[in-house]
Amino acid sequence: MSAVMIKLIFIVVVFGVSLFVAMYSTYAERKIAAFLQDRLGPNRAGPFGILQPFADGIKLFFKEEFIPLKADRWLFLMGPGFFMITALMTSAVIPFGADFIHDGKTIALQATDINVGLLYIFGVVSLGVYGILIGGWASNNKFSLLGAIRAASQNISYELAMGMSIVALVMMTSTLSLREIVDQQAGWHWNVFYQPLGFLIFIICAFAETNRAPFDLPECETELVGGYHTEFSSMKLGFYLFAEYINMFISSAVLATLFFGGYQFPWVSSMDPGLTKTILSVVVMFGKIFFFIFLFMWVRWTLPRFRYDQLMNLGWKILIPLAVVNIVLTGAVILYKMM
Amino acid sequence: MGVIKLTDRIKVMERKPMSFMERIYLPAILKGMGITMSHFFKKKATISYPEEQRPMSEVFRGLHVLRRDEKGAERCTACGLCALACPAEAITMTAAERKRGEENLYREEKYASVYEINMLRCIFCGLCEEACPKAAIFLQNDKMAPASYEREDFIYGKDRLVEPFLLKQS
Repeated sequence: MSAVMIKLIFIVVVFGVSLFVAMYSTYAERKIAAFLQDRLGPNRAGPFGILQPFADGIKLFFKEEFIPLKADRWLFLMGPGFFMITALMTSAVIPFGADFIHDGKTIALQATDINVGLLYIFGVVSLGVYGILIGGWASNNKFSLLGAIRAASQNISYELAMGMSIVALVMMTSTLSLREIVDQQAGWHWNVFYQPLGFLIFIICAFAETNRAPFDLPECETELVGGYHTEFSSMKLGFYLFAEYINMFISSAVLATLFFGGYQFPWVSSMDPGLTKTILSVVVMFGKIFFFIFLFMWVRWTLPRFRYDQLMNLGWKILIPLAVVNIVLTGAVILYKMM
Repeated sequence: MGVIKLTDRIKVMERKPMSFMERIYLPAILKGMGITMSHFFKKKATISYPEEQRPMSEVFRGLHVLRRDEKGAERCTACGLCALACPAEAITMTAAERKRGEENLYREEKYASVYEINMLRCIFCGLCEEACPKAAIFLQNDKMAPASYEREDFIYGKDRLVEPFLLKQS
């Protein structure tokens, strides 16, 4: 098999896995929410409700496809698709496991290892807000527009702090390639131990970027009906909801990659390269990803939503100065070590 | 003139500014997450209804039943007192005369050829049970009118109200 074929297969697999994980995240979300609230959650479709995501999907497909009369038709159709594409594009640079050698060829479990991988992720993630903005604006509904504006301002505010928390990390790793960042963290040298403050800022911003509680202001139903997706129905709504879960999956993957050693695990990274190591490393990576997905849900069902001004205060007056302090501290430590 | 106190349980709340640990919120957030996590493993309050059922009270007023006597004949004589007593007007009936040879079917000389209760109207007050002079209608404490998709399914005729004959024999 040529290298291109292998890459193509890998891309399809990653695509499928992202969709599958997102699909079962909806199930996990409902189940975890139920368990945290002393309920049982969905348990009717199949054993333990395991077929619930399929039932939801079929239901969404059969719902009426409604486009408001005054909506901008093409943008209205484009919005969900755009959101979905940007959500899926991010997984291209995430290394999911250690290399393995097959017929003398090294096969990397990563769609592409570009040397600006981190920048690529930030670029694509900030494109994601267009999906919300376009959808909300095209709906021609005041609640949708408000939700979209909130999403845009929230993403801009939190991207700054997020980027700055990453600057400190990059100062330490001196590379933007995600694979190299992961390889530097072999053993227990996880970045979270060197950059605890950066990690804290990053994870708070990740919550805001994925529009999850306690920062789910763009779709807060108490104020804005449904937020930016008020007017969407059928599978277009499904795309928005689904893309949110894909975003969560990717955010968890990025968190694991940047701060928790990605696919590295002390006993696994010291193994000889081979199929066992690759499989174990993939298992480790997904274990970390699932932990963060669980954390996202755990926080959602614990904390109440922020008020809009509190959100802006936190972003601009606390997180950004903290990120700057973090950069200065990191710089000072690096300088001290060089001397 | 002193201040009139309505109660001696007044608690003066202090509005002191939040301390640093309170202002960074993280300890409170972690505490909250600990509380939710403790609920994750707690016993669930849900009762999965069709599979498991709550125990009913002895005096619960559920689905009606038209009783038979010890020989298996229907006790109802279609006097209409239950329909009269019914505040929701859920009961309708048509009376008929017992023919020769039907003595084993109907206890009295007059019986209800049609007896219908609309379970959507019924408020399960039990006044029909109290009004009945023949001890024919009772509200069971272990059965409820099951849910259905059609309105017609909630109009219970004699086929579903009269208790089965075989059950009484054994």
